[in-house]
Amino acid sequence: MKVCITSQGATPDAKVEERFGRAPYFILMDSETGSFEAVANPFADGAGGVGPKAAQLIIDKKAGALISGMLGGNAKAVLDAAGIVQYAYRSTGTVREAFEAFKNNTLARTQ
Amino acid sequence: MKLAVASGKGGTGKSMVAANLAFTLAWTENITLVDCDVEEPNLHLFFSGHEEERDVTVPVPVIDESACNHCGKCSEFCQYGALTVLPDRVLFFPELCHSCGGCTLVCPKGAIHEAPKRIGTLAISHPMPKLKLITGTLDSGSPHAVPVIREAKRVSVRDPEVILDTAPGTSCPVVEAIDGSDFCILVTESTPFGLHDLQLAADVVTKLGIPAGVVINRSDGKDDETIRFCVDHDLEILLTIPFSREIAAIQGKGDLLCRARPEWQKEFAALALKCRALAGVEP
Repeated sequence: MKVCITSQGATPDAKVEERFGRAPYFILMDSETGSFEAVANPFADGAGGVGPKAAQLIIDKKAGALISGMLGGNAKAVLDAAGIVQYAYRSTGTVREAFEAFKNNTLARTQ
Repeated sequence: MKLAVASGKGGTGKSMVAANLAFTLAWTENITLVDCDVEEPNLHLFFSGHEEERDVTVPVPVIDESACNHCGKCSEFCQYGALTVLPDRVLFFPELCHSCGGCTLVCPKGAIHEAPKRIGTLAISHPMPKLKLITGTLDSGSPHAVPVIREAKRVSVRDPEVILDTAPGTSCPVVEAIDGSDFCILVTESTPFGLHDLQLAADVVTKLGIPAGVVINRSDGKDDETIRFCVDHDLEILLTIPFSREIAAIQGKGDLLCRARPEWQKEFAALALKCRALAGVEP
């Protein structure tokens, strides 16, 4: 499964970005192979509606789960409808650390 | 003439000026008073009377799921994130939609048509024989004030003498309300905030190319800085209304200064004449 993690940079060593729709990058980690893909978020500086647009992007990238800090209502509605499970990451660690926490089952589901 | 009343700062007395102006002029000529402060319209409080009300709607997309093949073209086109396409269905967020209609044009399957969605109301009343009051009201929770303002202006477009009361601030609803006016009265007050926001409002009317003048309301007599600003920016001070407990009490009761103290009608009639002269419009 691909796990999407909002990131401040283009590699797994960058810090996790707490915003979803305006995150600079999305890092897609493959939980089977450990490989990753970095996607620059084209909506990071958008005027509005960036939550659903970013959600559409990670749906198109076939993510099965999302790890981010905060999530707006519209983005959550899209991700719920698409069956993408969302996890809250509240620390200030890197994308790789957030991915390890996810694999160790220590992240809480976003309510 | 189309005469807008704006301020920048809220609570300076826009509605007070607009209502007294309309009340005074409507004794002798047909006046249309339009409340463009659709998020908090209040002119109807000064003018009782039977209102004809109707809905204001905007077109929003409706997806025919049986014709849709979920290609994603509509979502790709929508700048506002109002449409999200999942493999098996389309999600629509009406509060993000700006009613541009682009999704209906780009859909290769013709699976999108538009249907009206209510966002507010328009109420029309005739509180005096020659006064028509048009009140736009945005529904609670509806994010787009501009279409309601546009509709309120549209129904008054053929009326000869129109007074438009705008929202405070300098954002889209204010620009939409004053755009196309022949003249704009900027109402300010004797406070630093009043002057600061007058400067912002003056910038807006300059950008829109609308001639303007200033009314100082609740003046404490210490208006040197405001006067200096007006001189520097070629803004005539059209009327100064003093800070007065009596005027506040009249307003507080929901009455009009010019109704309770008819001698003020002379001041507001003179204000209208000055506006017409500065706008270059024949009375």
